[in-house]
Amino acid sequence: MNLRSFAAALAVTVALPLGAASAADLEVTHWWTSGGEAAAVAELAKAFDATGNHWVDGAIAGSGGTARPIMVSRITGGDPMAATQFNHGRQAEELVEAGLMRDLTDIATKEKWTEIIKPASLLDSCTIDGKIYCAPVNIHSWQWLWLSNAAFKQAGVDVPKNWDEFVAAAPALEKAGIVPLAVGGQPWQAAGAFDVLMVAIAGKDTFQKVFGDKDEEAAAGPEIAKVFKAADDARRMSKGTNVQDWNQATNMVITGKAGGQIMGDWAQGEFQLAGQKAGTDYTCLPGLGVNEVISTGGDAFYFPLLKDEEKSKAQEVLASTLLNPATQVAFNLKKGSLPVRGDVDLAAANDCMKKGLDILAKGNVIQGTDQLLSADSQKQKEDLFSEFFANPSMTPEDAQKRFADIIASAD
Amino acid sequence: MAGHTRGSGRPNQWLRNLNAKLASIPMILTAVVIFLGGTVWTVVYSFTNSKLLPRLSFVGLDQYERLWAAPRWLISVQNLVIYGFFSLIFSLVIGFLLAALMDQKIRFENTFRTIMLYPFALSFIVTGLVWQWLLNPEYGIQSVVRSLGWTSFAFDPLYNSNIVIYGILIAALWQGTGLVMCLMLAGLRGIDEDIWKAARVDGIPMWKTYLLVIIPMMRGVFITTLVIIASGIVKVYDLVVAQTSGGPGIASEVPAKYVYDYMFQAQNLGQGFAASTMMLVTVAIIIVPWAYLEFGGGRKRA
Repeated sequence: MNLRSFAAALAVTVALPLGAASAADLEVTHWWTSGGEAAAVAELAKAFDATGNHWVDGAIAGSGGTARPIMVSRITGGDPMAATQFNHGRQAEELVEAGLMRDLTDIATKEKWTEIIKPASLLDSCTIDGKIYCAPVNIHSWQWLWLSNAAFKQAGVDVPKNWDEFVAAAPALEKAGIVPLAVGGQPWQAAGAFDVLMVAIAGKDTFQKVFGDKDEEAAAGPEIAKVFKAADDARRMSKGTNVQDWNQATNMVITGKAGGQIMGDWAQGEFQLAGQKAGTDYTCLPGLGVNEVISTGGDAFYFPLLKDEEKSKAQEVLASTLLNPATQVAFNLKKGSLPVRGDVDLAAANDCMKKGLDILAKGNVIQGTDQLLSADSQKQKEDLFSEFFANPSMTPEDAQKRFADIIASAD
Repeated sequence: MAGHTRGSGRPNQWLRNLNAKLASIPMILTAVVIFLGGTVWTVVYSFTNSKLLPRLSFVGLDQYERLWAAPRWLISVQNLVIYGFFSLIFSLVIGFLLAALMDQKIRFENTFRTIMLYPFALSFIVTGLVWQWLLNPEYGIQSVVRSLGWTSFAFDPLYNSNIVIYGILIAALWQGTGLVMCLMLAGLRGIDEDIWKAARVDGIPMWKTYLLVIIPMMRGVFITTLVIIASGIVKVYDLVVAQTSGGPGIASEVPAKYVYDYMFQAQNLGQGFAASTMMLVTVAIIIVPWAYLEFGGGRKRA
């Protein structure tokens, strides 16, 4: 088996003498396993195989929460893969500090990553002590409200254009037996929805002050109190959701059982898969229609330090393949995410993606909470908001007090 | 651990059964290095601020202070107490009752025993998923009863924060009582037939015989069962993950899940170690004196 793939790789190098000087099998781990995600990964694999190397797919099912511990323990346990996905930001920070990850600064300067990657904060998140350790591949933003046009028609109200109209329309939806806002039971969904409300209602600066500067007073202040009021509305509107996974909640919107959902742009893949059209079947409101700002979290590939010289060379090839304009377009169209380069053409993008690109071009961006907060603080936040959304007897004031405590001890 | 014999002054005490002692060295090493060593390592690192990777920078009791201030941990502990209390009582009572019924020389005893023991052959994950469906208001028991005509019937413990832990308890009892029954049945079979005859001659009613004569005679079986159930309670994890994943909100969280989530998802080893040390302390407080009395001190009585 090994011999055969080696022979195949060898044959490819002979056939493509201008290809990479070294050919190697690189194992790449990631957690992209749903239909659209797998199709997007296949694009990356195709592009990498075309360089004469071989992409060995190491998909780990069960989303990031399951996959990350496996990846981390393989790297710390001395059995590293050649490349691995993380959400860029702070998830791999300690691995880098422990010297387990590879420094990509050379190739980044050679290919001028600092000039081509937009927004620059993406590369900042890959940079530790002035050195670049990861290659960002896409931008995913959280700040979207997805609305089912059919549900509003059934309730006899217009499709809302912003959060306030949505809240006002909730009683009509309830009367028609529709859950106004679908929030799945997984803790990260409640926490994410709150972050979205925060940007929309309190604005970009407050968001930055609370999560960026960890300003405890701002977190306890009147601006955030307004956000908790809105979260209280959201909690009331989400009563009766009774599903766990985010895509089940999205499915409630698709089938018109729920009026809307606050979810990142990855939800778009589900609408596409169901054959729905933006504008006619569903409506998307970036920044909840209040404050058109999107966060620029996303996925990046990290490269563990390897002893094998050939593989190390192939890692460089992989890094540059990931940022290749053609790869960026092919990958992101299938994934439903935005490319990390400002200079590629996404003519095939749908309406919602175009809205996102527009906002990106205007520079109305914030950093994602994965970039600003440690995994530990994120988890505490998830615990708080999953309790808040499930327990109607918890007052917004109490929740805010606990939120301020988390921010005070956040790192 | 129990191989400790009181030295009686004979010089060749250590050399007796030399082969057996040599053969047990690997096991003793495993126990000391892996079990004891791992435990000590965990406790030591629970006093550090280790995040993703263990590192030795001590912060005193900070991790424990944070742990006991965390609402999620308090709810976890409370859930464990409720779950532990009821699952101990119910699995013992139901298990013993089933065993006593089974002991009445009924027909098809083998068949019944197999049926009762079947759930135990399923993993907690499968049990959890089965009961997740059964307790789902849209597909499970509630919808069946409603379709029979009782439309106001409501039974959705997994979606109600106040009673969700009892929904988990139901699944645990369904899975676990079969084993308790079998242990009890074995104990009952070990009772001499003559005891029953004597009781009958004296005209003691059957329930009284069970309560005052048989149960005290089955002390050993009860202790073994208790230890098995109790250790199962403290480590409950997969059942919760499969049934509710801790929800709604954090209403059905348990300590073992806190440990896993904080060690791996939150990348905070120190916090996870502090929580697991607390679990160890709980187990030690409950089980060690018990095991000591039963297995260590027992020799004197015998």
